[in-house]
Amino acid sequence: MIRAFGYNEFLFLLSAVQWTLLLSVIAFIGGGIVGLFVALARTSDVKPLRLLATGYIQVFQGTPLLMQLFLVFFGATVLGIDMSPWVAAAVGLTLNTSAFLGEIWRGCIQSVPRGQWEAASSLGLRYPGLMRYVILPQAVKVAVPPTVGYLVQVIKGTSLAAIIGFVELTRAGQIVNNATFQPFLVFGIVAAIYFALCWPLSLLSQRLEARYAAPSR
Amino acid sequence: MAVASEPTRDGIAPAMSADVVIRMEGVQKWYDHFQVLKDIDLEVHRGERIVICGPSGSGKSTLIRCINQLERHQKGRITVNGVELGPHHRQLDMVRREVGMVFQSFNLFPHLTVLENCMLAPMKVRGTTRAEAKATAIRYLERVRIPEQADKYPGQLSGGQQQRVAIARSLCMNPKVMLFDEPTSALDPEMVKEVLDTMIGLAEDGMTMLCVTHEMGFAKSVAHRVIFMDRGEIVEQNTPEEFFTAPKSERTRSFLGQILAH
Ligand SMILES: Nc1ncnc2c1ncn2[C@@H]1O[C@H](COP(=O)(O)OP(=O)(O)OP(=O)(O)O)[C@@H](O)[C@H]1O
Ligand SMILES: [Mg+2]
Repeated sequence: MIRAFGYNEFLFLLSAVQWTLLLSVIAFIGGGIVGLFVALARTSDVKPLRLLATGYIQVFQGTPLLMQLFLVFFGATVLGIDMSPWVAAAVGLTLNTSAFLGEIWRGCIQSVPRGQWEAASSLGLRYPGLMRYVILPQAVKVAVPPTVGYLVQVIKGTSLAAIIGFVELTRAGQIVNNATFQPFLVFGIVAAIYFALCWPLSLLSQRLEARYAAPSR
Repeated sequence: MAVASEPTRDGIAPAMSADVVIRMEGVQKWYDHFQVLKDIDLEVHRGERIVICGPSGSGKSTLIRCINQLERHQKGRITVNGVELGPHHRQLDMVRREVGMVFQSFNLFPHLTVLENCMLAPMKVRGTTRAEAKATAIRYLERVRIPEQADKYPGQLSGGQQQRVAIARSLCMNPKVMLFDEPTSALDPEMVKEVLDTMIGLAEDGMTMLCVTHEMGFAKSVAHRVIFMDRGEIVEQNTPEEFFTAPKSERTRSFLGQILAH
């Protein structure tokens, strides 16, 4: 039965936005926490840790996100774990985000001049205090613009969760389209919603970058 | 042998081990296949003030950075305040607490105010209370004559002021020894004096100091001993009088000829 695209269909799409946002937030927070450890490992003095983090980053950056979602989703089934598309998408996106944020933050940590590490260690600060009070506060300033910018990638990345059956914005679009057969209209609206979510973040990222690039204080 | 509480300026300090703050024995260091330090032997006594000079690349920075292990040596022994530096963190922590370091490029923490720069290590390393750390910081900022800058950020200060803050920041840890690596080399000429005056003040208070510098006036008026390094070796060491008027080695003479010509 074919329906026309109407107000109800539009509301259905809008309500799916919450799942896109929730998935993005989870991937971002989870990816941020894991990514911090990835970045710390990547800049560590301990070689095995560094190699491990490098490998982790390369695997996730070198394979398509969709394959990563497939592997988590179907891998769980192989291992006999009953994983819902929702959990699989959250786990997959978290891991993927952690690799990318880890690599972005590695650069930010390394952008803090060597002299800062030396001054802090010569004052007797050990690694945890040195990181927490001296290096990370300075790295965060550099990290904010690219991190906000990367949030855009995370939001767009959640659309792939549609393929493993999680009903977020893109999947909702497919469902509406199956009922209305107005793909251009439906996916046009879906794309416009994504744009409305992402564009402000892109702008914010550019603003922040311009502000931090300006001579400080 | 009489034990002088402070080494006399016209003689090398008495070799009482209790008075030795830093002892380096046969210290060697390589960067890959390039040997930066060749068999360094050095004793620094309590209250002694040593100036290290030598051509660029001779290993001066590397030598003092080995003392607080910003660089690791590969051979030989380094003992600081009775603690031998080894592979363990415990010794390293003990040594770094007692050894202050001042860098050519100041290396103040730009995200912290001057006061916070001075309070961080005492609070986080020594576990001092905030109030106590603040009192100490203010005392040392007064001593380097910039208490009025306490709430500014390093970026708002001149180079000379920043370097004086860096000295105060080190002093707040109450170190037994202060290491200086060309503390005035990055400064505009008009600011060199204020930093040197601060260092002279420290010297007058009896601080043990190891100072890499080419400020020969400072060496003459403050140092008990001048060490000349070249190609990773200590070529010559003597009292400033002897060192400047009667250098023994040809390398020292040509080096002095070069820097005094400027
Ligand atoms: N991290 C490093 N890797 C490789 N070589 C290095 C490194 N650090 C220093 N060197 C080399 O070691 C030698 C000694 O360096 P060092 O910085 O101790 O000299 P210096 O006497 O302090 O010189 P300057 O007066 O220029 O500061 C130099 O030839 C330098 O190129
Ligand atoms: Mg040097």
